[in-house]
Amino acid sequence: MNNKPKKAGMTLIVKTITRLTVGLILLFGIYIVLHGHITPGGGFAGGVIIALSFIHLMLAFGKDLALKKLSEAQASFFESLGAIMFLTIAILGFVGGYFFLNFFLDKGEPFKLFSAGIIPLCNVAICFKVGAGLFAIFAALVFLKIGSGEER
Amino acid sequence: MIHNPSPLFVAIPLGAAFLVSLLGKRVKNFSDSLSNIATFSLLLLSLFSISLVSKHGMLVYKVGGWVPPIGICMVLDGLTSFMLVTVNSIAFLVTIYSISYMERYTAKWKFYTLFLLMLAGMNGVIVTGDMFNLFVFLEIAAISSYALVAFGTEHEELEASFKYMVMGLLASSFILLGIALLYSFTSTLNMADMSRFLVKTGAIQIVPFVTVLFLMGFGLKAALVPFHWWLPDAHPSAPAPVSAMLSGVLIKVLGIYALMRVLFNVLGISPPASTLLMILGIISMVLGGFLAIGQEDIKRMLAYSSISQIGYIFLAIGIGTPLAILGGLFHLINHAVFKSLLFLNSGAIEYATGTRNLRKMGGLGLRMPVTGYSSLTGSLSISGVPPLSGFWSKLIIIIAAIQAGHFILASVAVLISILTLAYYLKLSV
Amino acid sequence: MIIYFMCLILFCVGLYAILVKRNLIKIIIGIIITEYAVNLFFILVAYRSKGRAPILIPDQIVKNMVDPLPQALVLTAIVIGLAVTALMVAIAVRVYEKYGTFDITKIKRQKG
Repeated sequence: MNNKPKKAGMTLIVKTITRLTVGLILLFGIYIVLHGHITPGGGFAGGVIIALSFIHLMLAFGKDLALKKLSEAQASFFESLGAIMFLTIAILGFVGGYFFLNFFLDKGEPFKLFSAGIIPLCNVAICFKVGAGLFAIFAALVFLKIGSGEER
Repeated sequence: MIHNPSPLFVAIPLGAAFLVSLLGKRVKNFSDSLSNIATFSLLLLSLFSISLVSKHGMLVYKVGGWVPPIGICMVLDGLTSFMLVTVNSIAFLVTIYSISYMERYTAKWKFYTLFLLMLAGMNGVIVTGDMFNLFVFLEIAAISSYALVAFGTEHEELEASFKYMVMGLLASSFILLGIALLYSFTSTLNMADMSRFLVKTGAIQIVPFVTVLFLMGFGLKAALVPFHWWLPDAHPSAPAPVSAMLSGVLIKVLGIYALMRVLFNVLGISPPASTLLMILGIISMVLGGFLAIGQEDIKRMLAYSSISQIGYIFLAIGIGTPLAILGGLFHLINHAVFKSLLFLNSGAIEYATGTRNLRKMGGLGLRMPVTGYSSLTGSLSISGVPPLSGFWSKLIIIIAAIQAGHFILASVAVLISILTLAYYLKLSV
Repeated sequence: MIIYFMCLILFCVGLYAILVKRNLIKIIIGIIITEYAVNLFFILVAYRSKGRAPILIPDQIVKNMVDPLPQALVLTAIVIGLAVTALMVAIAVRVYEKYGTFDITKIKRQKG
């Protein structure tokens, strides 16, 4: 009775609730990013929420399953992709003559989703970078701890 | 774009850094060639900016087309282009050096990513004209340098990097506190607007307090005594190209250039502040000189000598006459060149002999002639032997001190210069 | 007025933790507290008396909002603090691997 093999993750209740809510958390994060110019939030906050949905998977199910969904190499790739997208938006402004010029849509009327120029694109780029970056930091720290635990 | 290339100084190293991080592991030799191309193009751009400034005077670039003081603006004037040439030329030479030096470490593309990020941060600090933008770029350059110092993950590198990080973060908190106080008083963040507002409202009680806060924050980044405790541990432990960049360029840009911008352009320097700068400069010179004599480790001795020479530059800025500031800036570019030369030489010596202890080396000049001659030239120049360049910059500083009436300070400067020659003779084996 | 003094007390608590404590993790927590105190001060500077949150709602008269500019700046400062905390924790874990202890009086191998 005391020698059960150690299962990865937490108890059954936590796993069931996680299965139900992780998708909703991801969707909520995407909503905050896309409406960044109308309601408070934007790239940083939305990116953190999206990263938290993946970390929630890792906490509840153990690290193997979470890393199968989004491995470390993919996270690193998304991070660099976000930064390069942001720089491309900035440099494309040179076409109009200035850095970071509004080339996408007109300047922004309140309460409309498809307005306010390049700000939604910048929000999406920042969301990629922050989300992937936070998940990569968490995965790297988890690997470090396990590595040092095995050596002693 | 041709008439004002200011944003390119930040965009090129940022783009190169993230491209190296994306593709550096897969394509062979990609990281080397891309970073060298990037730093070479930056060097050409900075030389081009000198010709622009001498033709047009001061150039202002409005980012995104937003009119200041709503938008951020980037300013190119004489001091900016001077610092840009210094930083970019040394960065180019260091990237050439590190093609073969960094073969010992396994993940070379990570080194290039961090290095180009640090370069982007430093260029951003030099070019910007807005207070909070200065803080953000300062943090980018500082965080990259914390990670670079701990790059080899040996024992002493980690301990030195931790100590450096704690003190650097304290300095950043002080700087942010100063910016918050200034914003609460003037309700604008543009440097030119802030200075106009401060002049219009006359003498206020907040300016001395903010001056002391900025002196503490930027002085810690520039290793001014009594904030110098991190430097003798951080600079020797880093790999040699990183030490050359840190000691040659980073403490000057983040510490001295930012302090000069804030004190001379925004706050307005007052007599107590310049006296304080002079006193701290003299104490740095003396302390750095005396502590450098008893060192056995070659890079630690060079680090203490950095503290001493930065004291010279602070003394020159503190005196405040135009001749003194000219001498200080000339000494800045001299020190950047020959301190990087000496650190890169020490890296070559360590690569060839495997040790850093001065007692165990001797007679190396016969076996490595190029290194021997270049380090001899560097040491003679830094001690002020004519006709090498160190002599002229120290002469200008001493003449300016005598002209302003500070005879004791001038004689202390001469004595420390002789002391510098004494401990550098230990180096020319 | 009293809220600015409490902000200063928070800053001093963080400073005490950095200077006096011997455990590495407690020094890291001290730095986090210090940075939070400075961010809090920055936001408190932006308060206008009897102001509302600076969000625009349909058919609302723009009359009495707090200053939104420091809120954007503090967002950036919080993210910088997060990155620095992650770096410090990674270095602290590596130090524990090499030296076997978290006590800073035992990690001094460099002299002078």
